[in-house]
Amino acid sequence: MTINAGTTVAADPPTPGVRLPRRRGIEFTLIVVAVLLSVYGYCAVGLAKNGTVPPGAAGYGAGLGVLALLAHIAVRLRAPYADPLLLPIAVLLNGLGLVLIYRLDLETPHDPAATTQLVWSTVGVGLFIAAVLLLRDHRVLQRYTYVSVVTALFLLLLPVFFPPVNGARIWVRIAGFSIQPGEFAKVLLAVFFAGYLAANRNALAYTGRQVWRLRRLQLPTGRVLGPIVAIWLLSVGVLVLERDLGTSLLFFGLFVILLYVASGRTGWIAVGLLLACVGAVAVGRLEPHVHSRVQDWLHPFASIEAGEGPNQLAQSLFAFSAGGMLGTGLGLGHSILIGFAAKSDFILATAGEELGLVGLSAIFLLYALLVERGYRAGLALRDPFGRLLAIGLASIIALQVFVIAGGVTGLIPLTGMAMPFLAQGGSSVVTNWLIVALLIRISDSARSQYDGTAAP
Amino acid sequence: MTKYIRRAAVLCAVLLVALLVNATRVQVFQASSYDDNPANRRQTIARWGQPRGDVVVGGRPVTGSRDTGEQLRYERTYRNGPLYAPVTGFASQVYGTTFLENAEDSVLSGTDPLLSPLPLWNDVTRAQNAGGKVVTTINEAAQQAAYGGLGDRRGAVAAIEPSTGKILALVSAPSYDPGELSGTGTEVTRAWRRLNGDESKPMLNRAIRQTYPPGSTFKVVTAAAALESGVVTDVDAPTKSPNPYRLPGTSTSLTNEVDGCEDASLRYAFEWSCNTVFAKLGVDVGLGDMTGTADSFGFNNRRLRIPFSVAPSNFDTRLDKAQLALSSIGQFDTRATPLQMAMISAAVAGGGSVKSPYLVERRTSAGGGTVSTAGPRTLHQAMNPATALRLREMMTDVVTEGTGTNAAIPGATVGGKTGTAQHGIGNAGTPYAWFISWAQADDAMQPAVAVAVVVEDADADRGDISGGGDAAPIAKAVMEAVLGS
Repeated sequence: MTINAGTTVAADPPTPGVRLPRRRGIEFTLIVVAVLLSVYGYCAVGLAKNGTVPPGAAGYGAGLGVLALLAHIAVRLRAPYADPLLLPIAVLLNGLGLVLIYRLDLETPHDPAATTQLVWSTVGVGLFIAAVLLLRDHRVLQRYTYVSVVTALFLLLLPVFFPPVNGARIWVRIAGFSIQPGEFAKVLLAVFFAGYLAANRNALAYTGRQVWRLRRLQLPTGRVLGPIVAIWLLSVGVLVLERDLGTSLLFFGLFVILLYVASGRTGWIAVGLLLACVGAVAVGRLEPHVHSRVQDWLHPFASIEAGEGPNQLAQSLFAFSAGGMLGTGLGLGHSILIGFAAKSDFILATAGEELGLVGLSAIFLLYALLVERGYRAGLALRDPFGRLLAIGLASIIALQVFVIAGGVTGLIPLTGMAMPFLAQGGSSVVTNWLIVALLIRISDSARSQYDGTAAP
Repeated sequence: MTKYIRRAAVLCAVLLVALLVNATRVQVFQASSYDDNPANRRQTIARWGQPRGDVVVGGRPVTGSRDTGEQLRYERTYRNGPLYAPVTGFASQVYGTTFLENAEDSVLSGTDPLLSPLPLWNDVTRAQNAGGKVVTTINEAAQQAAYGGLGDRRGAVAAIEPSTGKILALVSAPSYDPGELSGTGTEVTRAWRRLNGDESKPMLNRAIRQTYPPGSTFKVVTAAAALESGVVTDVDAPTKSPNPYRLPGTSTSLTNEVDGCEDASLRYAFEWSCNTVFAKLGVDVGLGDMTGTADSFGFNNRRLRIPFSVAPSNFDTRLDKAQLALSSIGQFDTRATPLQMAMISAAVAGGGSVKSPYLVERRTSAGGGTVSTAGPRTLHQAMNPATALRLREMMTDVVTEGTGTNAAIPGATVGGKTGTAQHGIGNAGTPYAWFISWAQADDAMQPAVAVAVVVEDADADRGDISGGGDAAPIAKAVMEAVLGS
C-alpha cells in the first residue's frame, strides 16, 4: 500500500493558494551587500598583515560577484518566487570562508588553499545553477528514493578502500584531488529519508503494537521498523569503519528528526536517543580514536598538565578566548597555532578569535536564518515529500553547525566535520551549494501559487 | 505534520541557544583564565610582536631590536652588552628577563597603562602601545672606568650620587653579552648552558646580588655607632684598647697588621685600620646600638629595590660578645653587597642621610614624552650631621696619609676606607680587597660620587694594603670619571 506523494492524502488541511511577492530585487541588493562585505574582509586581512590592500582584491571581488550574479540570474529565470534570503546568506558565508582561508594561507605560504577553495566554490555555484535550471519540480526526486539510498551507501563505503588521513577513513584521492563522498551522501540520504517516510508515514503513525499500553510509545510493525534499525546499524558501522563520528551522528540525528516529523511519535525520539546513547557509549568505550576525543572533551588541558603542550582543542579554546567580545580584528589573531586542521575543522576558531563573540554570533545567526528559511519553506508546502525534504536539508545544516561548532568550543566531543560553506573542503562546499539549490527550488514551489496537483 | 515541524524547529533553536551560551562562556567568562594559561603562546607572541623599548644610558640607547620575521618577531640586541649586563640584564625569548629588562618590562614591552594616552579606550580597542624607554641614572664614563678598572679580575663596583641616591655605575666582572640569549635558536640554548656552567659565574650580578664579608670597610659603621652612642666623644682621645685584644669569653687574641694600635685614638685606628680598637669599640657600644646603626645604614633590609631587588646585607642581631667583636670589624657573619658599602660611603659624604638608591631616572613613551620620573628618597638618617662630618675627616685622612693614598685625586677632596676580608674555612681563601670612598671637587658644594669596589682574587699581600693596592685605583678612576663629566 504505497501512497504516492503528490496526491492529496496529506493529513494537513490544504492551505489556500497564495502567491507571495517575488522579492528578487531584495535578493539582488543583499547579494551586493554580501559581496561587498566579503571584499571588505579580504582588504582588511591584507591591510592588517601587510599594510596594503591585497593585489587580488579586485579579482576576488569580481570573481565572487560574477558567481553570485550568475546564481541570481538562474534563480530569476527558473525560481522567481524563491526565498530571497537563501542565496545571499550562502554567498556571504562562502565569501567569508574564502577570506578566512586566504587569511590563514598567509601564515602557511607552503600550503595555500584559498585558490583551490575558490575553484570548488565555482564548481558548487555551477552545480547550483544547473540544479535550479534543470530541476523543474522537487517532487521528481521522490522517484529516486531507492536509487538515492543505494548510491549513498556506495559513496559511504568507498573510502574504506582508501588509506586513512589523520586517523579518519573518509577521503578518496583521485588524481591529486581528495573528495569526501560522505558529503554527497548527506543529500542523497535526505532524499531517501524524505521519500521513504513520506510513503510510509501512515503506517508509522497509525499501526503497530503499543508498549505498556501507552499510545505515545506505540511501535510500528517489524516490516516498517526494519529499515530504521538497518540505518542505525549503518551509521555506527560507518563510524567504526571510517572513524567518522560526525557523519554517523549527523545521519542519525537527521533520521530521528524526520521520523518524528513524519510520524508525530514522541516515542521515536525516545527510542532514537536510547539507540544513540547505546551506540555512542559502546563506540566511545571500544574505539580508541573516538575514546581519545571524548577524553579530550572531558579534560581539554590534560595534555598541558602532562607537559606535552596544548592539544588542538585547548588551542581552539585559547583562540576563542583571545577573541573575547569584539575580536582582535581580521588578520590579527594567532589561530594558526591550532595546527593542521586550522583551515578546515577549526576554521570557526579563526572567526571567533578575529571577529569575537559578536562576529561569531552573527555567523551562528546566519546559519540559523538559513535553517529557519528551510523550515519555513517546509511549513508552506503541502506535499509530504517536499516538506520532509526541506526539513531534512535544513536539519543537515543545523546539525552540522551544532556538531562542529559545539566540538571546537568544547560543548560536545570533537568530531571531524566541515562548517558549511566556511571550512576548507571541496566536497563540502559543492554539497552545500546543492543543498541551497534544492531549498531554493522548494521555497519557489512553496511561495508561488500552488494548487497541489499541477506539476509544471 | 505542521505541529511536529514546529517542534523540530524549536529543537534547532535550542541547539543554537546552546551554541551561543557556550561561546559566551568561552569568550567572556573563561577568557581571562584561558588567556593567562602558560601554555597559551599569545601573550608571548604579542610581547615580541613589536620592537621593545630601549634602555638609555647617557642619552643613547644601549639596547635595540632586530626584526627576525619569525613568530616571535623582534629580538633584543645590546650595545656594549657585557658592560651594561648588570644594569639591563637580558630579555630572552626562551629564558625570560632579568634586572631592568624584568623590572621595567611593562614599560619596555608597551603593556604599562601609563603609556596609554587614553587608558580606558585602550582597554576596549586592545591596541598595544609601542614600547616605552627607560632612562637610567648610569654615568657612561663611570661605568666604563669601573669595567675597565676591573679588567680580567673578578669583582664588582657600585657608585652612587650621595645627595640623591642615583646609581652612577653598576659593574660586575666577569660579565657576558646578554645578546647571546636573544632569539630562539640552538645557539641560544648552547649559550645558556655555557654561561650557567661557567664556574666564574658571568651572569651573577656581583654588585647587588652577591654579598661579601666587608672586612675593615665596615669600621665606618662601627665608628659611627661609637660616636652616635657616646662611647667615643673625642676622636683624638685614647680608646683604652689593648693590643692584642682577647675576644671576650674566649682565649683567642686579635692582632693588627700595623703598629701603634695599642690605646690608639679613633682617628689613628681608623686611618691605619686597627682591628683591636674597633673590635673593643663594638663590644663597648653593645649589640643593640651596633645592630641599630647597621640597620639604619641599610643592613638586614629585605625590601630594597632599585627597581630590581638587591640581596639583603647581613649584620646578625643575635651575637655573643666575641662574635660581636668580630662582626664589628666586618668579619664573622657580617656580609654586604658592594651597593650596600657604596650607600655607607655616600651616607658619610652626604651628611649622614642614607638615600634610597635608584637606577631609573625616568620612563618615557616611545615618542619621548615623560610618563614618570624618579626623585631622591631618604631611607634613613643613619647619624647626626656632626658625626658624619667627623667621619668625613677621618676618611679624608685615610686617603691623604693612611692606607688609601692610591685614591687621591688632585683638585678634589677624597675620603676612603680600605678593607681586606678574610673568608673560606680557616680564612684560607684569597682575601677580598675592598675600597669604599667618596669624592667632592674643591669648587663643588656637594660630594659628587661615592664608590664601593670589591676585587675577589686580589693577588697582593694579605692585609689592608691590598684594598688600597687593588681596589683603590679602580675607585679613583670611577671618581675621576664622575668628577670630569
